[in-house]
Amino acid sequence: MPVPLLAIACISCAALGLQILLMRLFAVVQWHHFAYLAVSLALLGYGVAGTALAVAGDRARGRVRQFFSASALLFGLTAPLAFQLAQQVPFNALEILWDIRQWQWLALQSLLLLVPFFFAAVCLCLVFSHYGAAAPRIYGADLWGAAAGAGLALVLLFFLPPQRALLVVAGLALAAAALGWRGAIRPGWLLLVPALALPWAVPIAWLPLDPSPYKSLSQARLLPGARVVEERHGPMGELVLLENARVPLRHAPGLSLAAQAEPPPQLALYVDGEGPAAITRRDAGVASLAFLGQMPSALPYRLLRQPRVLVLGAGAGMEVLQALHHDAAQVHAVELNGALAALLRDTAEPHAGGLYRDPRVRLHVAEARSFLAGQAGGYQLVVLPLSGSAAASAAGLYGMSEDYLLTRQAMREYLRHLSPHGMLAVNRWLHLPPRDLLKLAATAIEVLEAQGVSQPLRQIALLRGWQTAVLLVKRSPFTAEEIAAMRDFATAWAFDLEWAAGAAVAADQHARQARFAEAFAALGGPAREDFMRRYKFDIRPADDDRPYFHHFFRWSSLTEILSLRDRGGLPLLEMGYPVLLATWLQALLLSALLILLPLRLAAGTRASGSVGRGSVFAYFAMLGTAFMLLEIAFMQKLALFLGHPLYAAAAVLTMFLCGAGIGSRVSARLHDRPYWPLAGIVLWGGLCLALLPLLAAHGMGWPLALRIAAVAMLVMPLAFCMGMPFPLGMRRLAARQPRLLPWAYGVNACFSVMGAPLAVLLAIAFGFQRVVLAALLLYAAAALLSGWLREAPRGIP
Amino acid sequence: MVREITALARQTAAETGRAEISPAVLAAMARVPRHRFVPASQQAHAYENRPLPIGYGQTISQPYIVALMTDLLAVQPGRRVLEIGTGSGYQAAVLAEMGVQVYSIEIVPGLAARAGELLGALYPQRVTARHGDGYYGWEQRAPFDAIVVTAAASHVPPPLIRQLKPGGRMVIPLGASFLVQQLVVVEKDAGGRVRSHEVAPVRFVPLTGGH
Repeated sequence: MPVPLLAIACISCAALGLQILLMRLFAVVQWHHFAYLAVSLALLGYGVAGTALAVAGDRARGRVRQFFSASALLFGLTAPLAFQLAQQVPFNALEILWDIRQWQWLALQSLLLLVPFFFAAVCLCLVFSHYGAAAPRIYGADLWGAAAGAGLALVLLFFLPPQRALLVVAGLALAAAALGWRGAIRPGWLLLVPALALPWAVPIAWLPLDPSPYKSLSQARLLPGARVVEERHGPMGELVLLENARVPLRHAPGLSLAAQAEPPPQLALYVDGEGPAAITRRDAGVASLAFLGQMPSALPYRLLRQPRVLVLGAGAGMEVLQALHHDAAQVHAVELNGALAALLRDTAEPHAGGLYRDPRVRLHVAEARSFLAGQAGGYQLVVLPLSGSAAASAAGLYGMSEDYLLTRQAMREYLRHLSPHGMLAVNRWLHLPPRDLLKLAATAIEVLEAQGVSQPLRQIALLRGWQTAVLLVKRSPFTAEEIAAMRDFATAWAFDLEWAAGAAVAADQHARQARFAEAFAALGGPAREDFMRRYKFDIRPADDDRPYFHHFFRWSSLTEILSLRDRGGLPLLEMGYPVLLATWLQALLLSALLILLPLRLAAGTRASGSVGRGSVFAYFAMLGTAFMLLEIAFMQKLALFLGHPLYAAAAVLTMFLCGAGIGSRVSARLHDRPYWPLAGIVLWGGLCLALLPLLAAHGMGWPLALRIAAVAMLVMPLAFCMGMPFPLGMRRLAARQPRLLPWAYGVNACFSVMGAPLAVLLAIAFGFQRVVLAALLLYAAAALLSGWLREAPRGIP
Repeated sequence: MVREITALARQTAAETGRAEISPAVLAAMARVPRHRFVPASQQAHAYENRPLPIGYGQTISQPYIVALMTDLLAVQPGRRVLEIGTGSGYQAAVLAEMGVQVYSIEIVPGLAARAGELLGALYPQRVTARHGDGYYGWEQRAPFDAIVVTAAASHVPPPLIRQLKPGGRMVIPLGASFLVQQLVVVEKDAGGRVRSHEVAPVRFVPLTGGH
């Protein structure tokens, strides 16, 4: 084969790297879920490339290497250009339900981002189409390159700004062009110079990030006196520490209306332009810190004396400071984002007044569930702070985000780590009509019942202000003294004690529109299931297999909510789920229109004795879908087990792609035994299904190396088998009907693109176990439909 | 636009506690030239019942929400109202049309200049607008009969509570840009005690079937 495998690996590496970097970049300039939508659609460039080559691929015959290099070169050039142009598109995610033009802008943005992926796919599809017999080697190089791309993007994000990382990836594509070139004067080697120089020669100022003006940071920067103290890059987000001497931040979520003193000036911390989280001067004086006792989150400190506190998701440290302000004996602060923790420990530390140097405070950089798995417990108080901004929370932007901190299993862990009379405090932004607080209450009730508590409502309390609320879950029933203390606190600061110790409490500060008490009573009684089924939001508890706590969307409410648009009813619509569904539907529609139908026309009539296009379509569509379902389900399931969502995803993705790459190479020896790999996937996948819950239940506390080894032992054999069916099909197609090769590639690509959002949609509805099961059924069906793979070649048509 | 708002208000009477928007509010909204408060690119939509972008990451609220907020302030001609977050100036204009004396503070310099100029031209006697940090209110002009806080805040600044007259009201919209979720109404009684309640702009009762 004339194109070096290294060139193929390079282009795959660059393409996957670009995919990850675009997600990161668009999370900074827009919002995460729309980044997901835009990049998902852009990946349809792979399918479009299949179409283009099915129609005009013959023109490349004899000049594959030149076309490969030209496409790689164009990928390298268009990757940064497409991002820069896509940023200029005036798409406003927040206006999408008001203004139909926003969908057009989004389509244009996706179309621009599609361009580099199209060129990357042309490179791969060219070599598959013209050298199908070498499919196992090509696919192997493709997968290994992609595996390297996943790791490379992560490493680059640690050390470089994301724009610079984008240029490195573009340079890699130029290197692929150089490696692929074959000509008398060998100009390809000349390309290596810009390939190496591009990432460093292009000034970063040429690729400025232009965040949405509706992001919190954009608005804070508009204020006179705003000054960036420090910016830090990292794979978990772009951190910006902002100071404003003229208009200082004063952040006190849910501060009582009866509060007399304002909080002291604070530093504002933004992650990907969202926030702010406040860093408060600890040495500002006790009077200035009085506000920490005048928020709903201060309630547990009215019930506990010098507690040992665990803060899960410490962020900028306000809850840590609040604990110290209330004489906590010891505070363990757990923060997942290492870059954020480092920022708090050095740059922000002088401003925070040595918060993290206090002998009573210990900062742990860890994922909360993973941290808990290795801890003995005995805390009097476990705190889950407010997360996200009020605005992002109100817009329902987290609907499709997994959250392993608010599942049944998580609740069980929190309770297990409490002392016999300890309590969990979950702080939330207030949403009305209520949804998240009811889901939390339902979760707590179910977990307590499962632990043999006959009257769980006696161990739950809810206090709310006008903007925030705190739900307390105690390991033992609240005492009369505690209820009296809660009532006094509510009265003193004009809060509402909506529920305490199994009964509604006379709450006179707010209107009773929220009807928390009514809902709590129903959730704690025999009508719970009926109540949850009838409720207009999805308030069924989340669990580790279906970790979508923030998903409240119900189809049955959609028509009613849309009819309320003119009356300001759109905030009732949780946007995450519809956006995800729109992603999948658009991918489906575009796949059908742009790829499948034109290819059908171009592929010509079926030659006598050749392979039926229906069989080929079904086979490659099932492989594309099933591969993505398994990959995403395993990444999600194992993220919790490995203890860090980002690194775990990178590790699992690398294992999958490497394992599949090895499988692809080995598949060259299996040409007359196509059933084996498919049967292997179904059998090993079934074994994984049985073992994953056991691992999650018993292995969370194992040392990391042991957990990684366990994951590798599960994933690698599965991926090894998953790497075989595609090259087997391509090779057989090359022998029997090579004109269908680009079409088959396009079908596989389109269904892979659709597979990613489909995996999440299915997981939200049915859980990840069933997503794995669905994928295994698809592989089984592919095995049944793979008769054409077994037939002996009847000559090349 | 006004007819539409009137109809919508009737449909949501149970939630807002108001069978209809006050005729004074509707009359004021009918008189305000809303197209002058939106950028040229949005003028075609100026009288549609939807929020519109006005630059600087800010929006002009949906007219129905403006009507509801103004109505909830329950102010009479000649009263003094403090507005935190002038934005486009439209809310101040509606209040001015009702004969209210409006004091408005905007923190974004560009918006403050634009809205200040327009309001100065349209309502020179009724609206006093300035650029500044609204956190501390407007001590020199206090106390106020009503305060409307249109700029997002994590809490109600204590100085604003102090500058609200006994018997006065404050209205705060909560939610994201383009998506006002609910309105918080803060009331200060004659004894200075502060209470608040939420007003949902729509009728959407999630409790069903005998609960």
